[in-house]
Amino acid sequence: MSSLTPGRAVFLVSRREFLGKVRTKSFVWGTLVIVAVMAGYLLLQSVLFDDAERDRVALSGQATVLAEPLEQTARSFGREVETVDVSDPAAAEEQVRSGDVDASITGASDDLRVVVKDSLGEELRNSIDLLVKQQVLDAHFAEAGVDPAEVARNLERASVDVVALEPRDEQRGQRLVIGLVIAALLYYSLLVYGTMVAQGVVEEKSSRVVEILLATLRPWQLLLGKVVGLGAVGLLQLVVIGGIGLVLSSLSGVVDVAGVAGGALATGVLWYLLGFFLYATVFAAAASLVSRQEELQSVLTPISMSIVVAFVLGINLMISDPTGTTVTVLSLLPPFAPILMPGRMAMGVAPPWQVLLAIVLALLAVAAITWLGGKVYSNAVLRTGARVRLREVLR
Amino acid sequence: MAQGVLEIDRVSKRYGEVVALDGMTFDVRAGELFGFVGSNGAGKTTTMRIALGVLTADSGEVRWNGEPITFEARRRIGYMPEERGLYPKMKVLDQLVYLAELHGLSTNAAHRSAEDWIARLGLRDRRHDEVQKLSLGNQQRVQLAAALVHEPDVLVLDEPFSGLDPVAVDVMSTVLREKAASGVPVVFSSHQLDLVERLCDRVGIVRSGTLVAAGSVDELRAGGESKLVVDAPLAPAGWADHLPGVRSAHTSSGRTVLEVTSDVDDQAVLRAALATGPVHEFSRQRPSLTELFRSVVTEESAA
Repeated sequence: MSSLTPGRAVFLVSRREFLGKVRTKSFVWGTLVIVAVMAGYLLLQSVLFDDAERDRVALSGQATVLAEPLEQTARSFGREVETVDVSDPAAAEEQVRSGDVDASITGASDDLRVVVKDSLGEELRNSIDLLVKQQVLDAHFAEAGVDPAEVARNLERASVDVVALEPRDEQRGQRLVIGLVIAALLYYSLLVYGTMVAQGVVEEKSSRVVEILLATLRPWQLLLGKVVGLGAVGLLQLVVIGGIGLVLSSLSGVVDVAGVAGGALATGVLWYLLGFFLYATVFAAAASLVSRQEELQSVLTPISMSIVVAFVLGINLMISDPTGTTVTVLSLLPPFAPILMPGRMAMGVAPPWQVLLAIVLALLAVAAITWLGGKVYSNAVLRTGARVRLREVLR
Repeated sequence: MAQGVLEIDRVSKRYGEVVALDGMTFDVRAGELFGFVGSNGAGKTTTMRIALGVLTADSGEVRWNGEPITFEARRRIGYMPEERGLYPKMKVLDQLVYLAELHGLSTNAAHRSAEDWIARLGLRDRRHDEVQKLSLGNQQRVQLAAALVHEPDVLVLDEPFSGLDPVAVDVMSTVLREKAASGVPVVFSSHQLDLVERLCDRVGIVRSGTLVAAGSVDELRAGGESKLVVDAPLAPAGWADHLPGVRSAHTSSGRTVLEVTSDVDDQAVLRAALATGPVHEFSRQRPSLTELFRSVVTEESAA
């Protein structure tokens, strides 16, 4: 007669949970919708970036010779300028009015006139200003018998050395965005799949199937199988969404630090696992105290709240000062670490010792919670009817 | 050594102040149908849950083949809990395969056994339906299949007949008899005492967490009083009052029911009846399990 090893027992339970969930329409559509929303957002972003970082300037009359110098000067200010030649200044003005171009430049090179719709962008104004001054300067040099080209070459060579005492990460903005996205993904996964574990526990309790299961499984095997199975569903979704997001954002050029984003996704997965075992076990233990789905919310709220607080508080602190004492301490503590630490890691502000400490603390917490949660679960899961008090099951 | 015997030995359990079981003791032998009867709250469900290891006893022991029962041995029990339970959204076949696998069958064996029981219990058209979409009667059949799908060594069924239609009762009875005939000890609880009387080899009556009587229905009857029914329409009132061995007599529309002691000379009673005129019926009425049960329960309230 064949026997059932604990490993196979956990595998069977988790396989049922995994297949049962992955095959549902809600999972497939939910994932598709999230991916679609994300793709749409990235597309919008890349269009906006494109638009915002590039000016179209119409040149007419004598100003057409300024096309190249203008593009060069603007580039030195970090601005892309695209020039188009328009024969008639009136037509150019019409294009400005309709929004086809951002500005129209007419007139002699030392007496330029710029027509814009409402206001002229800072960088473009400086570029044009500089260009006009350059033209005036060149005229004076020519008068004084100096070669303007040589002056320009000499000028080119003259620059200051900048020594930064605390160099600022050029990619800080992007890192912040990646950190926030990872934190948001983890927040979503922990909350959604934690709740799913809780609902599964109550479903077994309210349908009484748990009594049949416990005649052949030990409570911890059932609990672990459930957490592993649903955790794998969440992991699958996290990796699919994160992976597609990473590919799309690299392709669309919204994020040019693909390395950072990829690393962030990897650490995100690690923290998802730690966070999920931590929260799902608590969710399951809490759910085992009640017998009906309607009562579930009352026991889950305190746990959900701590995730929400970790997210909202943490995000705000992370944006304002990612190295501050409060957010540093919070990111080390097990209940908050799974959301805050991967965010801080993506931002590159978490030293290795802090990461290690947070992981060790989280592992300890997982061990303690699994033991405690398992105890609560096995004592409470067969008691149907009135809500079970926590005090009774901990004895 | 005892083979195929499930023993419940002096098992006690309290819930706070409430005593649920107090020294519950009985055994179920290989190939035997054991009926477990008692009022609501007498401790039947608690006993079964303890036998399954779903609950732990405060004291006492459950033994299988003479050894304290192990978790592995418990996995070989087929169990139908009083509170029926299956995954409402899982399909019949998937559910049975899953449960069979959880009881240690390989995936292939689980499939074969699940299909087998689905066919035997007439659920073939329903095997890809979600359990929640089945009628109550069919859900009960799935529940029975769930208890049998891993070819158990012992069957423990809590109220298997409750809520069954007459056809399903027959199916259930046949299956239980077959399992017992194949050498499996079967214990089930029921409030349908006529059914228990007809089906069971032995019966145990529970009262307040203790087994107060156990044995075959005939053995249980031996201690009780028996009755004689005499249909002598011309007999005058009180004709049998002074016959030796007769305790009391009640006559209504010509039929007299005599409560007699076990050593009564029934031929003497018959002669006395014939002396009054024609006798159309003369029979010994043996107490039914229901009456035995009732007398046990009245003893309880008298005590």
